[in-house]
Amino acid sequence: MFIQQLINGITVGGVYALIALGYTMVYGILELINFAHGEIYMLGAYLGIIILGFFTAVGLTSYSLPLALILTFVLSTIFCASYGFTIEKVAYKPLRNAPRLSPLISAIGVSIFLQNYVMLTQGATDKVFPHVLENEGFEINGIRVTYIQLFIIAASAVLMIFLHIFITRTRMGKAMRAVAQDKVMASLVGINIDTVISMTFVIGSGLAAVAGLMVAMYYGLVNYSIGYIAGIKAFTAAVLGGIGSIPGAMFGGILLGLVESLSAAYISSEYKDAYAFIILIIVLLIKPTGLFGKSHEEKV
Amino acid sequence: MTEGRRQKAEGRKGDSPIHRFTHSPFFIALWFAMLFLPFKGIEGAFVLFVVLLTTVFILRFLAGYIRPLKKRLQDAGTLIIQNAKCKMQNIGAKSLIFLLILLLCLPFFAKDYFIDIAILSGIYIILAQGLNIVVGLAGLLNLGFVAFYAIGAYSYALLNTKLGLGFWTALPASVLFSTVLGFVLAFPALRLRGDYLAIVTLGFGEIVRLVLNNWDSLTKGPNGIGGIQRPYLSDIPLGKLSYYYYFILLFVILTIFVVRRVYSSRIGRAWVAIREDEIASSSIGIDTTAYKLYSFAFGAFWAGVAGTLFAAKMQFVSPESFTFMESVLILCMVILGGLGSIPGVIFGSVILVMLPEMLREIQLYRMLALGSGLVLLMIFRPQGLLGRR
Amino acid sequence: MYLLEVRDITKHFGGIRALEEVRFRVKEGSIMSIIGPNGAGKTTLFNCLTGITKTTKGNIFFLDTEITALKPHNIVRLGIARTFQNIRLFKEMSVIENVMVSQHCRTGSGLVASVLRNNVFKQEEKTIREKALEYLELSGIEDFAEVTAANLSYGSQKRLEIARVIATEPRLILLDEPTAGMNPQETLEMMGLIKNLQGLGKTIILIEHDMKVVMGISENIVVLDHGVKIAEGTPEDIRKNPLVIEAYLGKEH
Repeated sequence: MFIQQLINGITVGGVYALIALGYTMVYGILELINFAHGEIYMLGAYLGIIILGFFTAVGLTSYSLPLALILTFVLSTIFCASYGFTIEKVAYKPLRNAPRLSPLISAIGVSIFLQNYVMLTQGATDKVFPHVLENEGFEINGIRVTYIQLFIIAASAVLMIFLHIFITRTRMGKAMRAVAQDKVMASLVGINIDTVISMTFVIGSGLAAVAGLMVAMYYGLVNYSIGYIAGIKAFTAAVLGGIGSIPGAMFGGILLGLVESLSAAYISSEYKDAYAFIILIIVLLIKPTGLFGKSHEEKV
Repeated sequence: MTEGRRQKAEGRKGDSPIHRFTHSPFFIALWFAMLFLPFKGIEGAFVLFVVLLTTVFILRFLAGYIRPLKKRLQDAGTLIIQNAKCKMQNIGAKSLIFLLILLLCLPFFAKDYFIDIAILSGIYIILAQGLNIVVGLAGLLNLGFVAFYAIGAYSYALLNTKLGLGFWTALPASVLFSTVLGFVLAFPALRLRGDYLAIVTLGFGEIVRLVLNNWDSLTKGPNGIGGIQRPYLSDIPLGKLSYYYYFILLFVILTIFVVRRVYSSRIGRAWVAIREDEIASSSIGIDTTAYKLYSFAFGAFWAGVAGTLFAAKMQFVSPESFTFMESVLILCMVILGGLGSIPGVIFGSVILVMLPEMLREIQLYRMLALGSGLVLLMIFRPQGLLGRR
Repeated sequence: MYLLEVRDITKHFGGIRALEEVRFRVKEGSIMSIIGPNGAGKTTLFNCLTGITKTTKGNIFFLDTEITALKPHNIVRLGIARTFQNIRLFKEMSVIENVMVSQHCRTGSGLVASVLRNNVFKQEEKTIREKALEYLELSGIEDFAEVTAANLSYGSQKRLEIARVIATEPRLILLDEPTAGMNPQETLEMMGLIKNLQGLGKTIILIEHDMKVVMGISENIVVLDHGVKIAEGTPEDIRKNPLVIEAYLGKEH
């Protein structure tokens, strides 16, 4: 039972971590809670259904399922990355020098728009993910692990490793870190801030798309409102780990997934969604900067 | 970067063929059409492409004319608002009396449906004034304001249906509950800086809603509590719509009266100072923690009043009325009219209650409009429609 | 009589030693200057004195009351007020409102009084406004009373900060670079204003880079370098002190 919940927790936690990365990266650079980020994840899930549905209709799925799946992943990631890119250009960029409240409200506006747009075009009821993969798995000592779970855990781990390498090793990754620390200095040494910010949104949205797709496959159901609750939880994960910190987001996501599945199993599943917030409030009270965050005193 | 250098850099960018292509109307229209392709299908995307292409072309064509026009429009807008303000000051008393008479006569000529909307507007005005104290004056972003509203509503619902308390006995109790809750939340939350505060209040709002939704034995969960009594005024039941309308009107006037006086007092000034610069405020002797606490509690107080009135009006409460979207809606009311401005907030509340009701036919699209409206408002008029600056 | 006594205060930020066992005393009614190269810890010292930053070690006494661990607003209430190096006004408020709100800790109307507008409240509001005008006049910006603070010229903003400080009715005023960015004429006027404040019985500590100002008005000077007090004395002493010259110009001179 315990180990079973552990595995379920890590699966969900991996997904939270992927979404949390997008929040933390944007926050690190723009100090903005990107409320629309959860909706990107939701769009990713819907795109999976739409694109896979299209492939089934044209017969690609029955021709080669792995190819269809890979193409679905690639296409929905590209689409979501473009959504993220466009949202930044339209809704956040004009507000870069506005008071802190403005971009936040703008983000809430984008979130409302996307949610309702999907509700209008796709309907308010749950959508079923095409049944392409059997819910197969294996059992060891009564603990059941499905292949989809394994896939989610593995994919999250690989993506996080890639991101880590990207951030620490590549030119663009280093530029991102520089911009996060000091925008003015970064632009003085010749870094194009706009490109870096766009890149941040592209990467974050891509990760969220993958997370959305995987969740759609895992649960088999998708609804236009999943973005909000998953977004809030992923943000909680980001804050847990210390917002702005990339390892923090990974750790926070997994931790949150574990806490949720364990407390749902051992305490009460009715309040499953509330645990995230309770933990968030407790952590912020004890260590307002999160587990991995650095404290900073305001300059006078 | 200096202005000149930036212009030069942009000029250089503008010369490159890639830049010119990506900023051409054709590309922009194609880009957006592609984005909508999966959800709209090929036909929809093509229509969108054509529409966008023409729009962008027209906008580009007009751009040369638009900039001076926009400036002139803005100037004219500011002038009109300034004029209106001057006039308001001049004939303020007269027009207020006129407005009051109009509001008093409303039930004699308006349909029940319209009075219903007016009552709802009144409740939201009280609610939004409460949030305005927290966000507009003290500058603390509270994304879970609906929690206090919910506590007010449920307190009255429970006190009335379970204990049989009347409106007038229950009102102080439920207002006290939500005010105390404001204090309780503020204590831990105020140690946090801006965005963290926003997210903690959001979480708090969600926790309250989840508790209401799941504590079946007390709140009947998602089914909600029905059979709540309307208030009595001595022996007259305020069941009739027009009576309740006057009742609400009275509360709205009382709210505005009280809030206005607090705004232009030592306490109101301290709140604005904290919003403007927290460190400077503490350096001139304001106990910032205490005053932030007061603003939370005072805001929650009005939410409690509004909640009680809401429960008494609907005679039914359920967790569905107290979602995060509701918090966002109240925030929009405050922002639309103008943060920190009492008439602005009244205006914002009335507009956001009225518009969806009037646009019943396109109700499906109203949330789309609200979302994009927020973005546009932030870009073009962040201080709100009636805000100063 | 000593108004302020700083006993060996130390402030570390992580590994950085911003202040190291700094000690000095300030006589009531005097003008003292704190000078030193950039990064010497002058503003940190002000932050410690006003409770914005907590000290790592050491004690601060104001009129025999220990204020080391007090919150900023309590320190203001006791009678220490300050200005900021990078002006911190309440930008959206009008000039007079800036000064009115600064009388916060000297007034006491509560919520109920504000709503009922009883006589006590009205009287207090009237006094607040009258005093605010008086302080604006003292700082020479009474003409701009109804202007939004953000729209003031730089010099007037600096003056408004001083008006705001006076409004808290302090005995000790801390001025962080009051003449920075001013032309010679404005600097002269500011010096006059500071002298006026002294005439009103206020004690003043200022951080200043302009040596003409420092030498012209201060009775006592404390020199900080890398968080350490390297000299203290009258302007003449400081002018001749080899340690000070070294700190400013380097060893070779």
